[in-house]
Amino acid sequence: MKFAFTTTALALVLGLAAPALADIKIGATLSETGPAAFLGDPEAKTLKMLVEEINAAGGVNGEKIELIVYDDGGDPNKARTFATRLVEDDEVVAVIGGTTTGTSMAIIPVFEDAEVPFISLAGAIEIIDPVKPYTFKTPHTDRMACAKIFEDMKKAGITKIGVISGSDGFGASMRKQCLGIIGEYGIEVLADETYGPTDADMTPQLTNIKGKEGIQAVLNPGFGQGPAIVTRNYAQLAVGLPLYQSHGVASDGFIELAGAEAAEGVRLPGTALLVAEILPENDPQRAVVTAYKEAYEKATGKPVSTFGGYAHDALRILVDAITRAGSAEPSDIRGAIEATKGFVGTTGIVTMTAEDHLGLDLSAFRMLEIEKGGWKIVE
Amino acid sequence: MPELLQFLLSGITVGAVYALVALGFTIIYNASDVVNFAQGEFVMLGGMITFFAHAAGLPLPLAALIAIIATAAIGVALNKLAIEPARGAPVVSLIIITIGASIFIRGATQLVFDKQLHRFPAFSGDQPILIGGATILPQSLWVIAGALAIFFCLRLFFTRTLIGRAVLATANNRIAAQLVGINTNYVMTLSFAMSAAIGALAGVLVTPITLTGYDVGLALALKGFAAAMLGGMGNPKGALVGGLLLGVLEAMTAGYISSQYKDAAAFVVILAVLFAMPQGLFGRKSTDRV
Repeated sequence: MKFAFTTTALALVLGLAAPALADIKIGATLSETGPAAFLGDPEAKTLKMLVEEINAAGGVNGEKIELIVYDDGGDPNKARTFATRLVEDDEVVAVIGGTTTGTSMAIIPVFEDAEVPFISLAGAIEIIDPVKPYTFKTPHTDRMACAKIFEDMKKAGITKIGVISGSDGFGASMRKQCLGIIGEYGIEVLADETYGPTDADMTPQLTNIKGKEGIQAVLNPGFGQGPAIVTRNYAQLAVGLPLYQSHGVASDGFIELAGAEAAEGVRLPGTALLVAEILPENDPQRAVVTAYKEAYEKATGKPVSTFGGYAHDALRILVDAITRAGSAEPSDIRGAIEATKGFVGTTGIVTMTAEDHLGLDLSAFRMLEIEKGGWKIVE
Repeated sequence: MPELLQFLLSGITVGAVYALVALGFTIIYNASDVVNFAQGEFVMLGGMITFFAHAAGLPLPLAALIAIIATAAIGVALNKLAIEPARGAPVVSLIIITIGASIFIRGATQLVFDKQLHRFPAFSGDQPILIGGATILPQSLWVIAGALAIFFCLRLFFTRTLIGRAVLATANNRIAAQLVGINTNYVMTLSFAMSAAIGALAGVLVTPITLTGYDVGLALALKGFAAAMLGGMGNPKGALVGGLLLGVLEAMTAGYISSQYKDAAAFVVILAVLFAMPQGLFGRKSTDRV
């Protein structure tokens, strides 16, 4: 009896003592399940893989990282509960997450109040504009993708386009951003159509665009199954004009879904990660993206995705900041993140300032064209 | 003029998809008065299992057959494990059970398979067929043919076969059916198996057009349900006409008015029909004797 009591007590003490060995606690709230699961799932896998890797190599500043991941299922309310739990109960020094813009916006106030640095993995520009002291993000914005596309159109002498966009959050937001800056490039929108996120056929909308006089190209901001069906319908109707897709579909899965034949010649802005194999030898991002791609595909057996890359960059930026700060105090980490300079990530080369908590420029995007079921860099 | 034809062909393509889902609803509704909201999941399973069996190296027809049999088995399991134990519960409770089952199947699918979208090749290639300046894909013809074939089979089943009439009798009055010697448990099991098989077949036919993923079932079920309501719940003819009508309505709204109002216009028309004819276009009139 006494022996049993002692062992229990001992186990309790050990159990409590183990995590108290001054690990650096990093939190994450991601959408591993739910409608944004295909974003959150590779993000969570990436974080777990990298933390293991870093700990195996001796940790940061001699301390191990302890990663606490919660699955918010894409629900902003849940994300907010987890954010509070991360700050108050788990006492983390920094948080990565907010897979979607919705969850990110919901939890930003928690971290701003608690003064804990937060790196978002969502797309919307609202997250870092206006700049909030403790909030950063790694993915490039819709507006940058629009700018990249319009630059390419301008080069090709295209001045009149048709737009067909998804009515879901991604499509609607990117459409708005694109229409906001399109005037700066002297391009005019002659047709503006939409489709629902689960629609099975977009030929009526595309027929209308095809029938408009003077259109020189079509742009499709969208995400998920919609753009693949648009691409197939586009080929079916033999519209015959250049088709631009968004970074929302920049993955090998898109070519597979749309079919190599229908996707031939489609142009879209993508990241270096997507085209790791065909990057020129002297590309500054080549080593980083190849290393991440190989490690991820070996660890999970699944193809790497841009979204996992956002998580990769977030964690690397964080670790880099902790190393430079030589401290795991939230306010020191914040300062060090803001001072990130020339950091080479999978998404781009990051240089943050007090006014810019994203730190990417248009070179983060490569203009890609689909050719014979594969990618080609066109710039 | 080619525009009108294109809108019509698009509408029929999408409408045939809705009709296939709506046809799946009719059988279980006929046997039990229950609207099975897991019907969309059967469609999803048909597509997903076929994709993964095909990706594993099986030829497409064999993969499709496996998917249909496996989904039918899942349908039977749904009846045995969830519906039968709740026998005697009000219809509304049973409907809620099917909603629960659909959430469960969705969750299980993303664990067993994955969370990505998938597509397998169309049966007869992707070369569009030109009809008077408009185009239609060969796969659309497969979907339309599938919807028609299932419609005729169901019609024969319910009107010409003993077991089909037993299904209708069970729906009409379970106790009376038992008294005349109909094994109502068997009828229910058979209904779930058939309904799941039809759903899976629909999934096999439509995946090359609509793509599949663990979460496509809900949207399909909603549109299929709307189509079935429009045509008249429980009537195969209603399911077919309701589906095609809904598809054409959507395509015309998207083409001539605005793609923004596509879904809204379809539902406004359905509401208007249901106000004027609460039983739908072809539904049976039900009268309660007091």
